Amino acid sequence: MPYRHVIRQRAYVFEDLKTLLARASPLRSGDVLAGVAAATYEERVAAQLALADVPLRNFLREALVPYEQDEVTRLILDTHDAAAFASIGHFTVGQLRDWLVSDAADGPTLHALAPGLTPEMVAAVSKLLRNQELIAVARRCEIITRFRNTLGLRGHLATRLQPNHPTDDLRGIAASLVDGLLYGSGDAVIGINPATDNPQAVSQLLHMLDAVREQYAIPTQSCVLCHVTTTLQLIAQQAPVDLTFQSIGGTEATNTSFGISLSLLQEAWEATLALNRGTLGDNVMYFETGQGSALSANAHHGLDQQTCEARAYAVARRFRPLLVNSVVGFIGPEYLYDGKQIIRAALEDHFCGKLLGLPMGMDVCYTNHAEADQDDMDTLLTLLGVAGCTYIMGVPGADDIMLGYQSTSFHDALYLRRVLGLRTAPEFEAWLNQQGIFDGQGHLLPASATLQLLEKLPPALH
Amino acid sequence: MPDLPAQPSPTPTPAPDPWAGLQAFTAARIALGRSGTSVPLGAALAFKLAHAHARDAVYSQLNTSELLATIPSLQLPTLQVRSRAQNRQEYLQRPDWGRQLSEESRAQLREQARGSCDVAIILADGLSATAINDHAGPLLGLLVPLLRQAGFQLGPIMLAEQARVAIGDEIGQLLGARLTLVLIGERPGLSAPHSLGAYFTYGPRPGLTDEARNCVSNIRPEGLPYPAAATKLFYLVQEALRRQLSGVGLKDQSDLLAA
Repeated sequence: MPYRHVIRQRAYVFEDLKTLLARASPLRSGDVLAGVAAATYEERVAAQLALADVPLRNFLREALVPYEQDEVTRLILDTHDAAAFASIGHFTVGQLRDWLVSDAADGPTLHALAPGLTPEMVAAVSKLLRNQELIAVARRCEIITRFRNTLGLRGHLATRLQPNHPTDDLRGIAASLVDGLLYGSGDAVIGINPATDNPQAVSQLLHMLDAVREQYAIPTQSCVLCHVTTTLQLIAQQAPVDLTFQSIGGTEATNTSFGISLSLLQEAWEATLALNRGTLGDNVMYFETGQGSALSANAHHGLDQQTCEARAYAVARRFRPLLVNSVVGFIGPEYLYDGKQIIRAALEDHFCGKLLGLPMGMDVCYTNHAEADQDDMDTLLTLLGVAGCTYIMGVPGADDIMLGYQSTSFHDALYLRRVLGLRTAPEFEAWLNQQGIFDGQGHLLPASATLQLLEKLPPALH
Repeated sequence: MPDLPAQPSPTPTPAPDPWAGLQAFTAARIALGRSGTSVPLGAALAFKLAHAHARDAVYSQLNTSELLATIPSLQLPTLQVRSRAQNRQEYLQRPDWGRQLSEESRAQLREQARGSCDVAIILADGLSATAINDHAGPLLGLLVPLLRQAGFQLGPIMLAEQARVAIGDEIGQLLGARLTLVLIGERPGLSAPHSLGAYFTYGPRPGLTDEARNCVSNIRPEGLPYPAAATKLFYLVQEALRRQLSGVGLKDQSDLLAA
């Protein structure tokens, strides 16, 4: 069904809902590359004006990727909660925008509404919001998840400790891991990107992480970010798997290119739940996403990349994950060209994830061929802290020597917590205090050689 | 006059972390120390310098005159071509254009290509022209004699600007090459801004994807040194031509060689 808007004498016609969404999307290189972006500034605003008048019910009637062709579409429509949707069922996208930014849309109301929202509705409304509104609305959402600690509490910011090494050298990884712990990092997860998906190598890493966690009784969880099929294999071999990781996308074809399907994720979820290793809760999945992944797999079906991204969150929320993050600046400048585009996309992803009920974190990052630098990341980091982002990454000195990109450092998290008064997960903070790393007020104590962790280093470093 | 309270004297440089000994185990930026929540200035500027090198590499250009001066010693003709991307901005945002020849270059190659060859070597700037400027000459100095001695017919050496790996597919087809070897500047990292990658493709033609290729990466003196890279590439190119394939089917062989 076509959508239209007239500006002066010029009639803009958008042939269907996905075209309208794409033209209404703020400018980014990936949508230009895909040939779906608005051709002019005026066309973009015309699309936004037309989008504002679209009834939310249209999103339940007009699937952007056909129901018969795509299991993600089927998941979205089959699990839509009509009762939760009823309170806003008469809204247009524009009315949803005005209501979301009003005081009436408080945290509990948004929480109850989440199952009634589809990713496409959330993507649509995000295109009508400015950055400050993406921040202000996301900030109201408190999404709490648990495994061995409590993540997502208001006023808290967690970190994934990411001690990667280009050859998976156990000593190299352990050295970065100890450094991170001594800087107070690792409450979200201690998560390694392995250099190889070889099951034996991954198993070694899992055993090392588990031994360190046990040795120091750290109230956190570990993860090796290998392919879900490798994790399944390792679960069968009784390897110590806390969380199952997988990169996911917003269309069936994207997921096929990742070598996964909803049924495979279901199998992995059930297998991980059955291990019953969480002490405080049973959120056992960790997902990563990122704008541009669908286009890069040629699996975007003519959708804009931000709408594809929001659809990935429907996949994530099916499995009640502990953690979800977008790797926003990692995918490259052909999708997000510069600091401005990366910042906008990160705020959109965080907003959409939170509105859909996900424990949304962000890899605040860039590659060396993007027009971005540490100053852009400082800006984004600060904005996400204000927006209530669940967690960020902790990489030694912000330089990931295995993946070859820049993310956030241990110091960055200290900065953000200090300027905004944020805390680590309560159980983890108690451990940091007990170890003599934190001072009881959420701040690092001066470094000392007499710390318990240094007096008895992990065996991997002997 | 009342005594002023004693002020602690400011400490200008933060002390290193007591666990700095762990730096022996990894090149990661660990045990940096801190001043407040900030990275000490020395470490902050070291990071900035590494990023500057990487950024300069992205915007570096092929030093064509020097490359042209080196290559005749290999007794091979050279040709210069460009992709459809006009400049770096376009190159970074339109990977599809970086994979296609410009109209002009296509016409030029159609006109100048003669006969056929076994191996066409293409030097592409990719994301670090400096990598080509630094490493292509020494690597070819070792590799070209090996290929010659084995009796392979070599095409002209192509210099390709604003080019991605797949530009070799169209070039190879126009040159009637059985195999293309694309040497290209890899995406710069903070620790390795000038690393060279070598991709080869059997039966090059437009439309191929990465599954059809093999890659030898991290070629630089501190990574995979020239002699090892030349030996490995020579072996693999020979195998690809003998077995008439490249890509996934050849992968096992290269793993064997690596082991």
